Amino acid sequence: MPPSAKLATVTSGLNGWSISTSSIAVLLALPVLVVTGYLFIPAGEVWTHLVDTVLKDYVENSLLLMLGVAIGTLILGVGTAWLASMCQFPGRNIFEWALLLPLAMPAYIIAYTYTGVLDFSGPIQTFIRELTGLGYREYWFPEVRSLEGAAIMLTLVLYPYVYLLTRATFLNQSLCVMDVSRTLGNGPWRTFFTVALPLARPAIVAGLSLALMETLADYGTVQYFGVNTFTTGIFRTWYGLDSAPAAAQLSAVLLLFVFTLILLERHSRKRNRYHQTSQRHQDLRRINLQGWAKWGALLFCGGAVLLGFLLPAGQLAVWAFTVAEDPFEGPFLELIVNTLMLGGVASLLALLLALFLGYGQRLNRKSRLIGFMVRLAGMGYAVPGTVIAVGVIIPFAWLDNTVDSWMRDQFDLSTGLLLSGTLVALVFAYMVRFLAVSLQTVETGLGRIKPSLDEAARSLGYGSGAILGQVHLPILKGSLLTALLLVFVDVLKELPATLILRPFNFNTLAVRAYELASDERLADAAPASLAIVAVGIIPVVLLSLSITKSRHSKS
Amino acid sequence: MLPVKRLALTAVAAFSLIQPMAAQASGEVNLYSARKEKLIKPLLDRFTHETGITVNLVTGKADALLKRLKSEGRNSPADVLITTDAGRLHRAKAAGVTQAFDSAKLKKVVPEAYRDQGDHWYGLSLRARPIMYVKGRVNPAELSSYEGLADAKWKGRICIRSSSNIYNQSLIASMVAADGIEKVEAWAKALVGNFARPPKGGDRDQIKGAVAGQCDVAVANTYYLAGMLTGKDAKQKAIAEKMVVFWPNQDGRGAHVNVSGAALTSASKNKANGIKLIEFLASKKSQHWYAEKNGEFPVRHDVAESATLHGWGKFKADTLNLSKLGELNPDAVKLMDRAGWK
Repeated sequence: MPPSAKLATVTSGLNGWSISTSSIAVLLALPVLVVTGYLFIPAGEVWTHLVDTVLKDYVENSLLLMLGVAIGTLILGVGTAWLASMCQFPGRNIFEWALLLPLAMPAYIIAYTYTGVLDFSGPIQTFIRELTGLGYREYWFPEVRSLEGAAIMLTLVLYPYVYLLTRATFLNQSLCVMDVSRTLGNGPWRTFFTVALPLARPAIVAGLSLALMETLADYGTVQYFGVNTFTTGIFRTWYGLDSAPAAAQLSAVLLLFVFTLILLERHSRKRNRYHQTSQRHQDLRRINLQGWAKWGALLFCGGAVLLGFLLPAGQLAVWAFTVAEDPFEGPFLELIVNTLMLGGVASLLALLLALFLGYGQRLNRKSRLIGFMVRLAGMGYAVPGTVIAVGVIIPFAWLDNTVDSWMRDQFDLSTGLLLSGTLVALVFAYMVRFLAVSLQTVETGLGRIKPSLDEAARSLGYGSGAILGQVHLPILKGSLLTALLLVFVDVLKELPATLILRPFNFNTLAVRAYELASDERLADAAPASLAIVAVGIIPVVLLSLSITKSRHSKS
Repeated sequence: MLPVKRLALTAVAAFSLIQPMAAQASGEVNLYSARKEKLIKPLLDRFTHETGITVNLVTGKADALLKRLKSEGRNSPADVLITTDAGRLHRAKAAGVTQAFDSAKLKKVVPEAYRDQGDHWYGLSLRARPIMYVKGRVNPAELSSYEGLADAKWKGRICIRSSSNIYNQSLIASMVAADGIEKVEAWAKALVGNFARPPKGGDRDQIKGAVAGQCDVAVANTYYLAGMLTGKDAKQKAIAEKMVVFWPNQDGRGAHVNVSGAALTSASKNKANGIKLIEFLASKKSQHWYAEKNGEFPVRHDVAESATLHGWGKFKADTLNLSKLGELNPDAVKLMDRAGWK
């Protein structure tokens, strides 16, 4: 190909890509932009009131909560990922997938179950009081419903994000690097800290930023625990103080947090390019743990699964089968079908969009515009679902009503609401909220593919499509599955947007669980919660098996 | 036919495939309900059974449903809005998404304090928020009014949930209406000083905390206590049995009450069916079901409360026009912020 022709194809591709990726990104960023649009309406007196009274609390609590969750998910997520992929100890095969189980547990549900057990009026403290005869304030017991408690609850269900992304990297790390380190006389600890960890850094940071964004968006847990964060503040300001502008200004400050997170994540990836030096994989030679290390590993991984999954699921089961009234009555099957359908459609669509945007970026590395737009499209993840839902309602209803008015004027015919109140609006909201999840995962996967591979393929005459299908897809398979699963499970648990946007006579498991739980009927909410967890487990296990298999088949 | 027009009609036909189940047919009524499915669906089913009118339902949080109604405007498919707080009903009316409608039946059975003066909404059930105390630990003679809870003798003895909760916001709004902002703010400061613990959890948690010994009195809605008493959970039942309901402010304005109620939307396309549904919900049978199933007080004077509620005795309810609660809500929230009520 003569150089001029090559240049022409590159620029034409560039234009097509930039236009389409930008328009998709703008569309997905729309709800966030709509809400931020309220910024330009002065909130005056209400904003002053917030600054004078509660803003400091919101900032402090949100930051402390993020710090706690960051420390917790890093220790639990990276630690378990290293143990489950690189070490050999009893039960490792089971932990490989079982460590993912807490992913299916909604944060507010785990918060309810732990409160039920550990609260002052719960069985443990009652037992202590009966045993010792002490009363309130006469003995020390950790308070579940506190900032620390919220950080622990969130850590227990969010560490799998870090685990999942990090583990995939550990498994894919060329063993050569580790072997070189080991032959140079580095012990396992040193290899871990000086070689494996730096290599896995992009994945760790990606997982961590997902966990932190979810932390910022959490409403149920902090609300129940009485911890005032940005999310609770936004709700309170919007509805209690009846001030949308002030709520939007709070949202804008929250978005500032998110943007910082995203920049940190970018920065961590940009500084170093992490590509495998060799695509040749060898059989994993796991470190065979002995003595105390063996039992320590078992305890560490077992603890995570026990606290993040088995105990709360057990409590739910007890509630469901002993105290819940008519546990599985009514259209339970319909709820499951609806939930599965939404999760399936949304996760597939999110994956396609993420691939498209991810490639748009990869092919136009220099375009700052595309980079920025794609970041913007991913911001929805940290914004509370209710705020997103309102951001979806406003433009959809505007569009519907505008079309309707025009049709009425022109043809004296009403089209009514075409998209508002349909599943289209709901799935769109899911894209806005969860795109970041599939995007992070796909980008981490793409980041591991050397650009030289593209160039080689291109010089052999492969087009973008062929490169994707024949070169990238096989390498990306693990990341794609991960992206699919994470969004699927997120949709299973999603509440506020589903609650607000769903059509008539359409419910999901999360809606059912929430309605009962928010009415303080925790036991009655247990069957639906348990079903969410159960429905989430199957894909989690399948995914884990497939990741392990893809590793083995390559060797 | 003009090509544009044909194109437009085709587009309409295509879009109508993905349209929501917008009910234009006479046999339907579309309901936006802030009442949870479990607490309304059985009644709706009975309505359908008796009248042959299908009810399409979306449940959700009151404020969010209101936002949805507002954005959908004249094209909203909803005919009826049901919400659980008078403040919200007031907000819906103020936002222009409801319409006045005349119903002799409703006017006859729903007392004036519990319905809109412009006929935009009608209360369907009463929810009271009294003071509750632990049997044996509090002498009821110590208790008098909400205002009295600020007294120093209650230091470290009060459990109440967060100020983000609408029940507390409405209670404070009712006090602002009676006592004025300044007085209530001073009261709230003193009350916060009397808290046994930082506010957290729901109403049931306040009751549990009291019985377990964290505090002596709790402020909670009665239907939570009723739910604990009539539920399947033996432990909760045992806890609830140790609580006594105290009706405050009986010498003055009466105990704080709120309503759940229904309004006809301004976009309603099934107006007659909508009115029929609201009238059905105010019927003796429905009111009785509410009282039995959800531990709320009927709005009708001619329907007896359930045995559980009856056991708590007759009480005088605040007759403040409930629209006020909505108007004063922002004042109440700000006041609680300033008082340091988390």
